[in-house]
Amino acid sequence: MDILRSERSRIVVSLGLLSGAFILFAGAVGMIEAFHEREVVDKFISLGQLLMLLAPFAVGFVAASRMAHTDASALTLLVCGAGVGILTAIPTVILLLFNSEEFRFLLDLTLKLLPLAVASYFAWQRYRAGADPRLVAGAWLAIAVLIGIVTYSFALVFEIKGELRTVLVNINRDWVDVVTFDHRKELMTGILTLCLATVASGCVGAIFHLIPDAPRRALLYGLGVTFLVGAFGETVRLILQEHLDRDTLKEIFRRDTLRQNAALALFVVSTVTGFLWAMFGQNLRHGISTMEYSQRRVLNGIGMLLFVAILLSLPWLIGRTLSDVAVTIGIFVLMGLGLNIAIGLAGLLDLGYVTNYAVGAYILAVLTSIGPLGLLKGTFNFWTVIPVALLAAMTAGFIFAMPVLRMRGDYLAIATLGFGEIIGKLAISDWLKPLIGGAQGVQAIPKPVFLGAELKNPEQLYYIVLVACLVTLFVSIRLNNSRTGRQWMAIREDEDVATAMGIDTARAKLLAFTLSAATGGVAGAIFAAKVGTVFPNSFTVFISINVLSLIIVGGIASNPGIVVGAIVLIGMPELLREFSDFRFMMYGALLILMMIKRPQGFIPSKIVTHEVRQGVKLKPAAAE
Amino acid sequence: MFKWKTDEFSWVDFTIDVLRVLIVLAVVVGAWNTLSSGRISLAQWVNLFAAGLSQGSIYALIALGYTLVYGILLMINFAHGEVFMAGAFTTVFFAEALNRTGFLNEQPLLAILLMIVFAGLVSMTVAILLERIAYRPLRGSPRLVPLITAIGASFFLQYTFRGLYGSGFKAYPGVKALQGAFSIGGINIPVAQVFVFCSALILMLCLYWLVERSRIGKAMRAVSENKEVARLMGIDIDWVIMFTFGVGGFLAGSAGVINGLFRPQGVNFYMGFIPGIKAFTAAVLGGIGNIPGAMLGGLFLGVIEAIGPNLVLAGLGIPGANQLKDVIAFTMLVLVLIFRPQGILGERLSEQKA
Repeated sequence: MDILRSERSRIVVSLGLLSGAFILFAGAVGMIEAFHEREVVDKFISLGQLLMLLAPFAVGFVAASRMAHTDASALTLLVCGAGVGILTAIPTVILLLFNSEEFRFLLDLTLKLLPLAVASYFAWQRYRAGADPRLVAGAWLAIAVLIGIVTYSFALVFEIKGELRTVLVNINRDWVDVVTFDHRKELMTGILTLCLATVASGCVGAIFHLIPDAPRRALLYGLGVTFLVGAFGETVRLILQEHLDRDTLKEIFRRDTLRQNAALALFVVSTVTGFLWAMFGQNLRHGISTMEYSQRRVLNGIGMLLFVAILLSLPWLIGRTLSDVAVTIGIFVLMGLGLNIAIGLAGLLDLGYVTNYAVGAYILAVLTSIGPLGLLKGTFNFWTVIPVALLAAMTAGFIFAMPVLRMRGDYLAIATLGFGEIIGKLAISDWLKPLIGGAQGVQAIPKPVFLGAELKNPEQLYYIVLVACLVTLFVSIRLNNSRTGRQWMAIREDEDVATAMGIDTARAKLLAFTLSAATGGVAGAIFAAKVGTVFPNSFTVFISINVLSLIIVGGIASNPGIVVGAIVLIGMPELLREFSDFRFMMYGALLILMMIKRPQGFIPSKIVTHEVRQGVKLKPAAAE
Repeated sequence: MFKWKTDEFSWVDFTIDVLRVLIVLAVVVGAWNTLSSGRISLAQWVNLFAAGLSQGSIYALIALGYTLVYGILLMINFAHGEVFMAGAFTTVFFAEALNRTGFLNEQPLLAILLMIVFAGLVSMTVAILLERIAYRPLRGSPRLVPLITAIGASFFLQYTFRGLYGSGFKAYPGVKALQGAFSIGGINIPVAQVFVFCSALILMLCLYWLVERSRIGKAMRAVSENKEVARLMGIDIDWVIMFTFGVGGFLAGSAGVINGLFRPQGVNFYMGFIPGIKAFTAAVLGGIGNIPGAMLGGLFLGVIEAIGPNLVLAGLGIPGANQLKDVIAFTMLVLVLIFRPQGILGERLSEQKA
């Protein structure tokens, strides 16, 4: 019983502190505050508050499910949920106290007592372990002085009158407002509210575990749909405004936020749908899988047709603003598919992919611009330059690949990163200014003209991107199954063995670099035509990291994964502006998490999954 | 279709040879033009050299972190530049506090020492957390996996610190004792540069002592030779790896302070990325995994970066040559990786690791 209790408390403490640390971190980097700007449901809850409550909820649920095997009673689970909730609040509460003027003395006191306490703890441990008392006393003094110096430095840093925000810019009044649910003036009430809220959501999380499976899924579905529609309220409104009249829209949204009634209705409808699906979905799926082959083919065909119809009518369905986002996503899908040839198929980690993008964009800019830097002043149009941009990017890819063919793995990554940086610096330099305009870049790039009509709207550019994506997708699927594709995969697995098998690795790698550069060039050219100006700041290492992240998150060597990855990683920051400040933080965290938890990506390709599984099996032998 | 590779002739080798000839040609022509035109006097060359040396000693301090980690784990800790930034960026506030109390200008030496320790501890904490959270679960996985993790960690740390301290530049307070210049034979060398060089040298000597003479240094060397045998000898591998990250972090943090003190434009969240890559270049230059190599590589890179644009690029008639300082450094990186991946001093070591 004792051991059991300690296991339970360990689960609660570790999970509670985890979510507490998360909330503290989210507050300190300004995430909670920024997300608070966006209300999910009008006058009810904001995204920031939701973020704060979601953590104890999730952790409460996990804690409850981890305890499932210990036949814990419902009451125990509830207590655990509450414990997780209170632990979640504690770090934030401490920071709140440190930040408030009445309780600032707590910070001073902590900083003064901490060195003594820590030193005493260590000394006591050593003493109990039977160390020489004189030595213990000396060590105690040394540790106390050392930590004393550090804490004194901290005290000095925070000495300035006022709040912590002189150093931590986001621990400011807005943050206090959000975490205390607008009780900045009466701090104690605020802290109580915060604790109650986290405890409540921790308990709800724990209770959630007790609900039977089918209604739980339905509830989760309902909550999820409501959350998504609420969080992306602006997007949903933009779509609906294409198809609904203004008055109906006003019933649903107040500006960009979902009204409470609409949210409730949406929640009820989606929960009921979810419940029906949970009850009868099984039968439906069973029915489809037992259908005749010919019937299933018809069904597949209908699905396919529907998909194509949606793809073709997308700009009409979603309106101008979102078409613009769709074009951006498409450009990144294009780059993702291209870079995937190098990273996914051939296993060459190319961190300088932005080079190809820049080459494509600059070639298009210089050749078609009608501004002072345009070389040909309108004799070339978009369509004739696209092949030129493609060839130029391929040439650049070829030239840059030549010297690095002998490199492997991490050295290759760093060398390509170096190329990317060199290109960036050259683009902004005075040396090439007469050619490509230095920091101002090249302006006045005309829009593509198709059958006499200028394609100046994103709705029209969308089709160019769509065609380019489909062509690239086709090529990359064919490559994947070709002889060359198999050579690349062999190189990815083991270069030495591939060489021994008679594969000309230099030639295969060169081909991979060159082909992957081609799509980068096309993407760059489309980007240049879309924006109308090209300047060096659009071509930083962040582009390469963006593309890399979407490949890793979606799934290495998985084409559907890349498309989904681009929609999520590129689309989300575009649609949720509050998110965009944190996009690279999220990408970084995602890259780390994916590598640790799911290196094959969310929508993995079959071969890679197989490899990863095998890799796990081989690991003990290959570890050292 | 031509034959790509035959026994006698390979296109890859041919390209690399052509590249080699082109680069030598460019360097010789550029240098000849500059020297024969006499645009830059001897005193100016000496000044450039001294500036390069002081910048290089900062690269060397950061490079040591790369080299220590590579020596033990055979991985490139791509996020090390951000560890450097963490120390430098956090210590700005401490430096401001010291300046407010007047301590900074009364006892500059002691204050700077305190700042170095402070920054070192901050960076050390970041480096140890990084190892614990991001790298430890990945030990033994394929080599690209920790590299991608490290790239992720790099951007995560950058934007975390941007969130914590804001995105603006923050300048270190000026220290009076570091202003002015020594005058030797008509050549003025700023005190700050001498200070940077000397403090870096002291730190490097401390590190050398730590690795070569102390008990934990012995354990570090043992782990880098062979992890399994070291484990059998009773060495706690996890602790040694953590310690290595900690030492690397400490050096990076102290480099951050030293760098910040004579960096007029101030520090911000992005300050670590470029120096990180350059320090990696320095580490590779000296032979990665090799401690004296990293020191030499850093100094060498600093000097090349200071002299190169004026000597070679200006000689080739390229305008705004000093803008292209970074290009020189990255070109060095690529060239070293192409022509001599084992580095200047790395031959012996890379044979062992291969």
